[in-house]
Amino acid sequence: MKKIIYQFIALSLASTSVFAQANIYPAKKQAGTFAIVGGTIHVGNGKVIQNGTVVFANGKITSVKEGNVAPQNVTVVNAAGKHIYPGFIAPSNSLGLVDVESVRATRDAQEVGSINPHVRSLIAYNTDSRVIATVRSNGTLLSQVTPEGGLVSGTSSIVQLDAWNWEDAAYVKDNGLHFNWPSSAAGGGGGRRFGGPVLSEEAIKERYQKQLLELKSYFAQAKAYADTDKPEIMNARFEAMKGLFNGAKKAFVKVNRQKDIIIAVQFFEEFGIKPVLVGAEEAVDVTSFLKEHNIPVIIYQSQSLPGNDDDDVYLPYKNAKILHDAGVLIAMSVDGYWQQRNLPFMAGTAAAYGLTKEEALAIITSNTAKILGIDKTTGTIEEGKDANIIISEGDALDMRTNNVTRAFIQGRDVNLDNVQKQLYKRYADKYGIKAD
Amino acid sequence: MKKTLLLLCSLLIAFIAKSQESYPVNGSGDIRSGQFAFINANIVVNADQTITNGVLIIKGQKIESVGAGLAVPKGYVTIDLKGKYIYPSLIDAFSSYGIPETPRAVFAGRGVPVFTSTKEGAYNWNEAIRPEVHAKSIFNVDARKAEDLKKSGFGAVNTVIKDGIARGTSLAVTLSDESVNTVVLNDLTAANYSFNKGTAKTNYPSSLMGSISLLRQTYFDAAWYKNQKKEYNISLDEFNKTQSLPQIFDAGNWEDVLRADKIGDEFGKQYIFKSGGDEYKRIADIKATNGSFIIPINFPKAYDVEDPADAKNVTLAQMKNWELAPTNPAALEKAGINFAITAADLESPRDFWTNLRLAIDFGLTEKQALKALTEVPARILGISDKVGTLAKGKEANFLITSDNLFKKENIIFENWVQGKQYIVAQKDIKDLRGDYNLIIAGVGNLTLKIGGTISAYDANIERTGADSVKTKANFNRTGDLISLFFDLKKNPKGDVRLTGYLDKVSPVTFKGEAVLADGTVSNFTATYTNPIKEKEKKEEPKGTLATGKVIYPFVAFGEAEAPKQEATLFKNATVWTNEKDGILQNTDVLVEGGKIKSIGKGLSAGGAKVIDATGKHLTPGIIDEHSHIAIARGVNEGTQAVTSEVSIADVVESEDVNIYRQLAGGVTTSHLLHGSANPIGGQSQLIKLRWGQTPEGLKFGGNEGFIKFALGENVKQSNAGDFSTVRFPQTRMGVEQVYVDAFTRAKEYRTAWAAYNGAKNKTGLSAPRRDLELDCLVEILEGKRNITCHSYVQSEINMLMHVADSMDFKIRTFTHILEGYKMADKMAERGIAGSTFSDWWTYKMEVFEAIPYNGKLMSAVGVLTGFNSDDAEMARRLNQEAGKAVKYGNVSEEEAFKFVSLNPAKMLKIDNRVGSVKAGKDADLVLWSDNPLSVYAKAEKTFVDGIAYWDIQRDEVKRKEMKAEEARLIQKMLDAKNKGAKTQRPSLERAPLYDCETLEGDFTANGSHSQH
Repeated sequence: MKKIIYQFIALSLASTSVFAQANIYPAKKQAGTFAIVGGTIHVGNGKVIQNGTVVFANGKITSVKEGNVAPQNVTVVNAAGKHIYPGFIAPSNSLGLVDVESVRATRDAQEVGSINPHVRSLIAYNTDSRVIATVRSNGTLLSQVTPEGGLVSGTSSIVQLDAWNWEDAAYVKDNGLHFNWPSSAAGGGGGRRFGGPVLSEEAIKERYQKQLLELKSYFAQAKAYADTDKPEIMNARFEAMKGLFNGAKKAFVKVNRQKDIIIAVQFFEEFGIKPVLVGAEEAVDVTSFLKEHNIPVIIYQSQSLPGNDDDDVYLPYKNAKILHDAGVLIAMSVDGYWQQRNLPFMAGTAAAYGLTKEEALAIITSNTAKILGIDKTTGTIEEGKDANIIISEGDALDMRTNNVTRAFIQGRDVNLDNVQKQLYKRYADKYGIKAD
Repeated sequence: MKKTLLLLCSLLIAFIAKSQESYPVNGSGDIRSGQFAFINANIVVNADQTITNGVLIIKGQKIESVGAGLAVPKGYVTIDLKGKYIYPSLIDAFSSYGIPETPRAVFAGRGVPVFTSTKEGAYNWNEAIRPEVHAKSIFNVDARKAEDLKKSGFGAVNTVIKDGIARGTSLAVTLSDESVNTVVLNDLTAANYSFNKGTAKTNYPSSLMGSISLLRQTYFDAAWYKNQKKEYNISLDEFNKTQSLPQIFDAGNWEDVLRADKIGDEFGKQYIFKSGGDEYKRIADIKATNGSFIIPINFPKAYDVEDPADAKNVTLAQMKNWELAPTNPAALEKAGINFAITAADLESPRDFWTNLRLAIDFGLTEKQALKALTEVPARILGISDKVGTLAKGKEANFLITSDNLFKKENIIFENWVQGKQYIVAQKDIKDLRGDYNLIIAGVGNLTLKIGGTISAYDANIERTGADSVKTKANFNRTGDLISLFFDLKKNPKGDVRLTGYLDKVSPVTFKGEAVLADGTVSNFTATYTNPIKEKEKKEEPKGTLATGKVIYPFVAFGEAEAPKQEATLFKNATVWTNEKDGILQNTDVLVEGGKIKSIGKGLSAGGAKVIDATGKHLTPGIIDEHSHIAIARGVNEGTQAVTSEVSIADVVESEDVNIYRQLAGGVTTSHLLHGSANPIGGQSQLIKLRWGQTPEGLKFGGNEGFIKFALGENVKQSNAGDFSTVRFPQTRMGVEQVYVDAFTRAKEYRTAWAAYNGAKNKTGLSAPRRDLELDCLVEILEGKRNITCHSYVQSEINMLMHVADSMDFKIRTFTHILEGYKMADKMAERGIAGSTFSDWWTYKMEVFEAIPYNGKLMSAVGVLTGFNSDDAEMARRLNQEAGKAVKYGNVSEEEAFKFVSLNPAKMLKIDNRVGSVKAGKDADLVLWSDNPLSVYAKAEKTFVDGIAYWDIQRDEVKRKEMKAEEARLIQKMLDAKNKGAKTQRPSLERAPLYDCETLEGDFTANGSHSQH
């Protein structure tokens, strides 16, 4: 009842105030126990439970069972004919850091300089960005807020997408360090395209070697610093690097070319670090290496163009399947910020080109959780995990049927309205059309 | 003795002062007659006639006579060329010899804009139009460069200033190093053109289509200039004056040749094409230009492919071009195309003979090769009366060679230019290589082995027996003098230094003195014993001359044989008709002759191929209303606010792999638009994705024309950087006034032409100046050309509708139009369509209020609505974007699919031919594995005009074939490298991907080279 009133308020506000979505409130802490019944539960780890029941209380899932087995005195959510998924997780993106890409004032993803391990994305994450609610509306409930640029881009955190401020949003703080691996390839610079000097092959090699040496020296010094109990001079950057060596932070490495992938992995392993590869366009060419070294990959969006003219036209669609078959742990990502709402369709594309639908689901849920190091609390619909759950009318990985009607983050009943829906209603009203 | 005389002769010849009558003489003159007779030679008078045992008599600069058994008059130096050959020396029709180097142009995209010429004087507004430049005014003799060319056998060149679009005139000169006043053969050989603006500082043109328009407009301006009294313009005047000359067009590849030829046809010009050497890729179309060609032989080097990771960076097209480029001259010959060969574009002059012989290996006949280097260029340059063949009265430009000029072991001994000898190699001893018995008094018998090449000998000393030794020796030859030194390490110790002379020719014998390390001086003789034992050079097996097939287009997934149109019956499909029948279950569709013949249940196949479509969906092909694929070198001519004169029609690029990729996404028709950098952009071009056809063959055909307009941030340059604050407009206010001004001028222009055309008596009247920009606007005013306008926010959309109303023109479609939902009622009232994105937003301020419900709202209000891509990636899944209309706003599935098929067909006014499955329409059809709005749907087959250009099974086979072809080529490159061929490092070159905002235009044309 309370909810109905709440929704009513949201609707009436929609027709008057549009701009700042000031009428979309973060949900209150879960009160009482909820049971979602009657739907198809996609657990996220490959399992499917037809006509099951998910019960959650105090933000945690307390049971997942077949059949309609809702306990007494709980709020029942009827999901008959619907699909229940773990909330999707968007790795490696700038949601909340960028609001309008062309406007510098709204860009907070990239700090100046090339080695910035100490900059923290979390504190720039803008919970009031209009974009977040639109992403949530399609089923993504967690995001890795990721700094960009330079050689060492900075430190990321995991946030949940329904919060008053970044402090409340923080799901896991400061647990990722992000690297852009330098490229050894001649084609990468874009020099010719912009009329700049075309570097000779020797110059490129030299530059690459120099960058590698610098990076190696930097890591060595950072490690020495980390091994010291009380450093003589406090260095914020080295402080931020500490986590890499003691396991508190994961290394996420953007790297594309096959040779660079091998060099990068070996580099990190030399320092005892298992990196996560991000993008990794040519990972499909070194699958056995990745498998042997047990290196996970966050795939760049499947909906992209092949890198070379000669590539299979569907290669980016098939990347997930190729890596999965080789036994590499993979997750799916989408570039940018507003584009995050298409994350489920990237997984859907991977399903169209080889993965089963449940395997495809895993690359935006359980696999992602494993790779980000949050699988103890989320990524699947299993007892003991956070109640991060969405309900869709149809297959949520297909744009034709994705229609998320309910979402719970840590059990909190999330408002799925957004500024775009409100504008829709506003103009439907102008034209006397039903906004459905 | 004879030898010494000869040497003396050649020395003296250098001192002959040629008559240069108008010049004063310093002191006493030294005029000589320069009379020589060459006897007993095989004289190749021209490609068709050889005189064995002939005589060539020259006097001064000219040939006096040539023939068999001629008597040598007294007073002539007689030179016996028994066993040797005389050829007319070669002519390079496209050199820049003797022209100061032009500074390299830099990409001027980011500086303060330059609108009109910075050159002082009454010249053209655009610096790229410079017909007033004459090579004859700046040419100078360059003895050093001449020497390089003479070494290769050239005796005359056409020298061109390679800078600008209208580049002025070229001149033909000999390579004599005498006074500049005596070397000119023809001071006006041709007027020269290109699509490359070169060093021009004016920003316009920044794209290939801009270059084409500028040239076209210049033809009109020049014609107008003749009959006007308003202005004085040196450039236009000179342009007119040079029209009667041969017209040479420097076109970088076969597509540019066809583009240039089209312009030529429009203005009654037959260009001679300096081409890029890839004519073999479309030889029939090249032949159809009827042009003569000047072709380069700068064949690409093999790529380094030992490392498979690096090899991936080499495309199939690059590998195939490496293999097939040397077949290009033969292909032209076989096609019966008139062509000359130029040494221009070669990385090194040394490659000239290597590559020419390679071309001969690949089927170019020697006769044609000689013609292409003598008679043909002479004819093209209007200097046939002076050079190109050996005949009385012509310049004494000829070569003396050891053998047939084109034989691998031939040596060019001498290159005579205007009666002046240039020694390339000593002729009496062509080759000193061999084993010699070297006897040095006091040292004993040694073996001297001279190997290497004639220009760089490589010598070794060997001694057998007790003191056996093998050591390198340093051997030098200067004329008939030689020197040699080596160190035997023992017996004697230290350097042995020899200095001597060529004493006898048969057998070759050197004599002279030897100086030992201890200062002892003695004599030596070295006598030729055996020919050098060369490392067994395997005769190239003729098999390696076999090449792969030319594919169409010349990129990955091209086909050697075009797919065929065939009658097809789709059995039992779910057919999305887009007609009143809606979505039909279990229905058959019969296709014949490229058209849809009938739709129904239980159709009989007749002779048609039957495709079982059970469980599959058959839809009309997807139509992308807003695409930027398949465009060559720039989508924006954004250097002026109004560029309605430029047209994508001029720059369609058929060799773009994105065509194939989009077929794989069910796209059959794409509307190729100019970008959105200016309020009035360029004309667009509609294409069908007929993979493998030429640019002309891709054109949809028979449709109405369109033009791109644009509003908002791009045209007011909001996001274009700090320098871009000069061009009007910088605000939405200014944008309106650009339109008002443009259409006001267009109306005045129309009135002026109407007055002129309507006047019964035209005496005293001069025609208005043809203005291509205004011509196009008049077409809009007269309803002959439709507008598709890039737009985002409601205020500007409203503005343009009002401008259109008041200026009396119509807008067909607002494209992008993410705030269309706010203006839908006003658009519907006027019958304006909206072609939008499904879900893009918030990437810039003007899309701050974009919503994915836009499509739904517009269509519900009655606006003809579609989704477009503006993006090569999104275009291949526009079906999914349509699916998002179901998600956002609950549009019915049938209606949603129309967003990407029938509705854009209507916007483009081609719904009479495409957009639905209806008997009589073009058979542009897609067979999907699933509901086409679903992420799981794959296009299994895509038909255009009833031809399956995409077939998912054929694709799989094709990928295997490509792998095999690549493997074969890689093996061949490895072999070539092992045999010592020069190679190049692979570096990944990716074709630029364009969207609306891409400003980097024809950067390759501004840069060092372009590759396609």
